[in-house]
Amino acid sequence: MAETSASAQDLSYEQALGELETLLSSLEGESKDLEGTMAMFERGKALIARCQELLEKADLKVKQLTADGEVIELEEQD
Amino acid sequence: MDNDPAALVPQVYSVADLTAYIRAVLESNENLANVWVSGEISNLSRPSSGHIYFTLKDASASLRCVIWREQARYLSAALRDGMAVEAHGAVSVYEQGGQYQLYVDGLRAAGEGLLYQEFLRLKAKLEAEGLFDEERKRPLPRLPKTIGVVTSATGAAFQDILNTLRARCPLVEVVLAPVPVQGESAPTLITAAIEALNYSVKPDVIIIGRGGGSLEDLWAFNDERVVRAVAASRVPVISGVGHETDFTLTDFAADVRAPTPTGAAVLAVPDIADLRTELRSIMVQLLQLTQAGIDERRYELSEEAHRLESHSPRWQVRQGMQRLDDLSLRLTSAIKTHLRTETARLASFGASLKALDPHNVLRRGYALVRDESGAVAASILQVKLGQNVNILLHDGAFDASVKEIKK
Repeated sequence: MAETSASAQDLSYEQALGELETLLSSLEGESKDLEGTMAMFERGKALIARCQELLEKADLKVKQLTADGEVIELEEQD
Repeated sequence: MDNDPAALVPQVYSVADLTAYIRAVLESNENLANVWVSGEISNLSRPSSGHIYFTLKDASASLRCVIWREQARYLSAALRDGMAVEAHGAVSVYEQGGQYQLYVDGLRAAGEGLLYQEFLRLKAKLEAEGLFDEERKRPLPRLPKTIGVVTSATGAAFQDILNTLRARCPLVEVVLAPVPVQGESAPTLITAAIEALNYSVKPDVIIIGRGGGSLEDLWAFNDERVVRAVAASRVPVISGVGHETDFTLTDFAADVRAPTPTGAAVLAVPDIADLRTELRSIMVQLLQLTQAGIDERRYELSEEAHRLESHSPRWQVRQGMQRLDDLSLRLTSAIKTHLRTETARLASFGASLKALDPHNVLRRGYALVRDESGAVAASILQVKLGQNVNILLHDGAFDASVKEIKK
């Protein structure tokens, strides 16, 4: 795994998806040695797992903008 | 009133009593409580109270009319002296002035609604300014992170939007800018909410919506200030106002018009099922490309074997070839086994990915041999007697030195 890349666990869905797309086109392009290929495979797996985790855990967050321009938790409405 | 025929002296009433009596008579008449009258507007007066007064005339008679402020604000811009209209309302008495008059609650030009005329006037004006031009429309983000919603906090529209987002794509965050969606203050507050979202929240997309209603109910979304704020929004706007058949000027100014609030939420986000499908396809691509990378490596090994053949004694070449074949065959079959297993697993998406780990090859008893530089020694030709090597097993590694080489 490249040392410069953030841990997959810290990425948002869009970030992980974006990196996956880059990774796939890189795998598609220049030829790598076996270890490079394997490292990318590992990274890709971690990114996919991250995306899956986010999809599984996803829970709609609802907030509210106040008249003062602050974002707060939504007040319960009846 | 006392109608006793036995009364000898006629009773005398105060003006107020008589007027109140006349008023009661008029108001109790069903025909007068719900009547359409056609005529021409004259003496149109709009005092600062917000009420509108005018006289409805035809060739031989005239009728005083009042429009109270609540109804007047929908109509004021379109009324003119001399205009032929049909007024709806109830007849009653203005007691202080001693006048009977029509209390108007609905008004239409002969043939066409006045409010609709105002709608068309404003539409033509803003259209001419280019506010509704197709070139102004921006594409929506594919996967928004934050969605601003301008609607009533208590309305069904907001619940519809939340339910739809929760079902389709619960990854997103919703920021509600609560506003009244009808009434006098609605246009100002809706305008302010659009601007505040743009300024302080900067969502990826804004949904502006409310449930269905009459043209009057939806009028805030035809207000020039609201329409201009929608057009000026830096964040793309999806409108979902009313029902399929309702069109407001906000719809024309928005980047995308949805038929309903629910429809707006659908347009705002991708379906989570599509995201899952996309992930599956990425997984398959990843497996295929990794396989292709391994195949390429294998091809390189056999190329090396060919070169070896031209330089070495025949038996050595055969030995080398066999060894290479053996190694690459093992590598390929190990990966292919995993690919098969994993492709099957993908059919029931959601299963753990751990088993895909290529280190499983090691777990099955194979070892990876590397020289001091860390390069993989895939052939005995890559090691020398006495050389230090590192042996990687599935649960760790150890160093060893080459004691004997057998060919």
